[in-house]
Amino acid sequence: MNNDTLIPLIGVVTDIRQDTPDVKTFRVNALEGGKVFEHMPGQCAMLSIPGVGEGMFSITSSPTNKEFMEFSIKKCGCLTTWLHEMEVGQQITIRGPYGNYFPVETELKGKDLLFIAGGIGLAPLRSVINYVRDNRSNYGEVQIVYGSRSKDDLVDYQEIISEWQDDPNIQVNLTIDNPQEGWDGHVGFVPNYVKELNPSTNKTVLVCGPPIMIKFTLAGLKELGFTETQVYTTMELRMKCGVGKCGRCNIGHKYVCKDGPVFRFDQLDELPDEY
Amino acid sequence: MQEAMIKRAAQLLADGTVNRVMGWKRGEFVYDTTPAVFTTADELEKEFVCDDFTQANLSKYLVKESRKEGKILAFLKPCDTYSFNQLVKEHRIIRENVYVIGIPGGPKLDIEKIKAKGITGILSVENENYTLKIETLYGTETMPFYEAVSGKCSSCKSRKHVAYDELIGEDGEVLEPNRFDMVEKLENMTSQERYDFWRGELSKCIRCNACRNVCPACTCENCVFDNPKSGIDQKAAADSFEENMFHIIRAFHVAGRCTDCGECSRVCPQNIPLHLLNRKFIKDINELYGEYQAGADTTSKAPLNDYRADDCEPSVVHERGVE
Amino acid sequence: MLKISADRLNDLFNRIASEQTLYIPVDHEPNTAEYRKYEDGMKLSESLNTVRSAKDFFFPQTENLAEFKVEGKNIEVKDIREESGDFVVFGVRACDARSFSILDKVFLSEPVDSFYKNRRDHGTIITMACTRPAETCFCTAFGIDPTTPEGDVAVFSDGKDYFFLDCTEKGKKFIESVSDMLEDGDTSELEAVREKTRGIMKKLPLAGLKTDSFGGDKLNELFNSPKWAELSESCLGCGTCTFVCPTCQCYDIRDFNTGNGIRRFRCWDSCMYSDFTKMAHGNPRISQLERFRQRFMHKLVYFPANNDGEFGCVGCGRCLSRCPVSMNIVKVMKTLEVK
Repeated sequence: MNNDTLIPLIGVVTDIRQDTPDVKTFRVNALEGGKVFEHMPGQCAMLSIPGVGEGMFSITSSPTNKEFMEFSIKKCGCLTTWLHEMEVGQQITIRGPYGNYFPVETELKGKDLLFIAGGIGLAPLRSVINYVRDNRSNYGEVQIVYGSRSKDDLVDYQEIISEWQDDPNIQVNLTIDNPQEGWDGHVGFVPNYVKELNPSTNKTVLVCGPPIMIKFTLAGLKELGFTETQVYTTMELRMKCGVGKCGRCNIGHKYVCKDGPVFRFDQLDELPDEY
Repeated sequence: MQEAMIKRAAQLLADGTVNRVMGWKRGEFVYDTTPAVFTTADELEKEFVCDDFTQANLSKYLVKESRKEGKILAFLKPCDTYSFNQLVKEHRIIRENVYVIGIPGGPKLDIEKIKAKGITGILSVENENYTLKIETLYGTETMPFYEAVSGKCSSCKSRKHVAYDELIGEDGEVLEPNRFDMVEKLENMTSQERYDFWRGELSKCIRCNACRNVCPACTCENCVFDNPKSGIDQKAAADSFEENMFHIIRAFHVAGRCTDCGECSRVCPQNIPLHLLNRKFIKDINELYGEYQAGADTTSKAPLNDYRADDCEPSVVHERGVE
Repeated sequence: MLKISADRLNDLFNRIASEQTLYIPVDHEPNTAEYRKYEDGMKLSESLNTVRSAKDFFFPQTENLAEFKVEGKNIEVKDIREESGDFVVFGVRACDARSFSILDKVFLSEPVDSFYKNRRDHGTIITMACTRPAETCFCTAFGIDPTTPEGDVAVFSDGKDYFFLDCTEKGKKFIESVSDMLEDGDTSELEAVREKTRGIMKKLPLAGLKTDSFGGDKLNELFNSPKWAELSESCLGCGTCTFVCPTCQCYDIRDFNTGNGIRRFRCWDSCMYSDFTKMAHGNPRISQLERFRQRFMHKLVYFPANNDGEFGCVGCGRCLSRCPVSMNIVKVMKTLEVK
């Protein structure tokens, strides 16, 4: 019998990084080393600990990373709590990759890009950002606006500081919700900060974060003159199978696990408001 | 009867006593009535129905409806008033937001019993002197009315309303049906026979949860079987014994609160006689703690919630279990 | 057409059962026909249809997907799939036969579900033309002709004989394998029976049910209809309609600790259940209105949107007779239709 996508593969956790008080980034390798499978930026994988549960997570590492995959996971439920308690060397089951991806090789190619992320919403965008950095000549200007509740809640802060901020070809704008000791950067919510920054409307926008942030960011972008066809996001709904069959992650007739998770806002606009 | 109900409901809507009416709505066929809320006399006139097929117990809907703006009129059959009382007692229904009109009960008819006679293509069912005249696509059929009476009505416990603001029609008496006959039969089986009986019945279960969701005693905001944190929120059988436990645990949970309204068995798509589990508990409670009818009033303490020095010892379970 | 006389039907059953597993609908209680594995002497049900649909044969209520051995930090995955044995399902009605092609569109589309395909490959469907449709039938609304069912082999009865017509290669092979038991028959009386059934179909109470108000292009107008509130008001949120439905195929995947490892199984799930879309951080379908709407939108809008206009309902009428509060797709369609 052919392989079945529902029967998972085994991965091993080879590194664990505590990014924020409730977010850890896990490095996953195949048992024999290397990656369990290849993916494109924005795609997801179903991770599981047998007996605990399965959960869909976006792959936060870039496909250009040929050594391993990474997942930044926020502790919020049963499975994620278990994952947070893992130690290096723990094996997990993994299946995928699932879903579509940001059109890095088509629609985004040659474009000026504006990434807007809030909190754990950086996880799926980080894959695209690093993909773009590794194929820098294929894209125009790159600007990243990233905010979180506090300095401590900025995911991947070390990478942002040590690599992205130092990269002369990228503009990075960080913000936190409230003033904090040791923080001399911008303070305020992401949607407002985007408006203050007043980015050029010829940019293509990739946005991900809490629903409320996305809602106000989109409204702000529209005020600045952006249209919905310029803005991409990635969705998260309850997913079980990953292949558009189990019937729960649909928005209208589109299945987030198969037709998504990446949607352009004009595509979402045509769908019923149920997400 | 139906005309009198519509007329009275329209009056109460008109004079502002209530702003909604809970009853049954006419369906596609003569028998498929649906619980519904009406807000105008016009809707009542067009769609309200109360006839031989309006079996559904409306009490549980009042948990939600009594929390809405304004007062709702509910038509309750005698058996439904027991469920109503029990829900009032458990602070699930807000009594002052409901205007109860007691209406005579059944016996109601169960279309499945008519279909079980091989009668199909049913277009109409008329009761002519307790003979049912059934028009079908394949000609006219007749059968005795009493052979089509629903299971829950054939062992009716009471024609008396235990809660109402007014009555349409006469009130009846508490009855003494032989409702424990089948329980006794089960008690007299050997444990192996009994086990086989229940495995046979419960293995038919498809875990649709209709019994739980219709049950007026099952009003938990989050059922243990739906709660991922409980560890037993399995939707289907991981092994077949588990689905058996679902019903047994549920029966335990409603023990002392189940009024024996019969809805569980009425709605089961697999015709499992679920009410027998509840009746066993009712019979045991009657025998061990004295006669008790859940929902008969809104004040008495339920035997399982009440400690008395002369309560039976736990060992009774063991002793009764010995063959 | 090849036929066998009614009094020899069980001989045929015995023959089939001697070669592969045979399932037939039997009336084990009045009005609750169900498919059973054939054993000598079992009588073919006289009911129009089974309470549960025939989807169980390909998409069982519970099935194991994989097993895991967890030892310390190590996990071992065991592929427990086995090649299905050959089996025959006899007596499937036209509505259920169509449901298989709907399920195929879900499970056999990429990536193919090997669990489903395995059983589909090994199953032979023998359908039986209807002669006594019930008042709850409305298959014709979805372009199904109950007097000419699909399947691998279609069987027709004129009351005296059963006639066999092969519809697929698999069906042809099946008929060849039992051809020594069949003989050529005169179908003139059969035609009269079929004509009579077609006449009854026209007189069914739901014969006029229209589907033109539904389809993939009616997405937002139907989703936003104010009528869902009234329609969903009485819904108990149980899964009866889903579980008796031949086309409902949503599932859940769960793990079960056997005490000797972890067994991952898949089981039927229902979009009517409150926890169906519940996540650790919220639920997009918070009330029964959204859940109720999902079920009917799926069948009448979403499925046709993704499958060239084909509706996700076959008009078998099971939900009409089994819903505890008699709410069903016909009432939904009649309430939402544009008159």
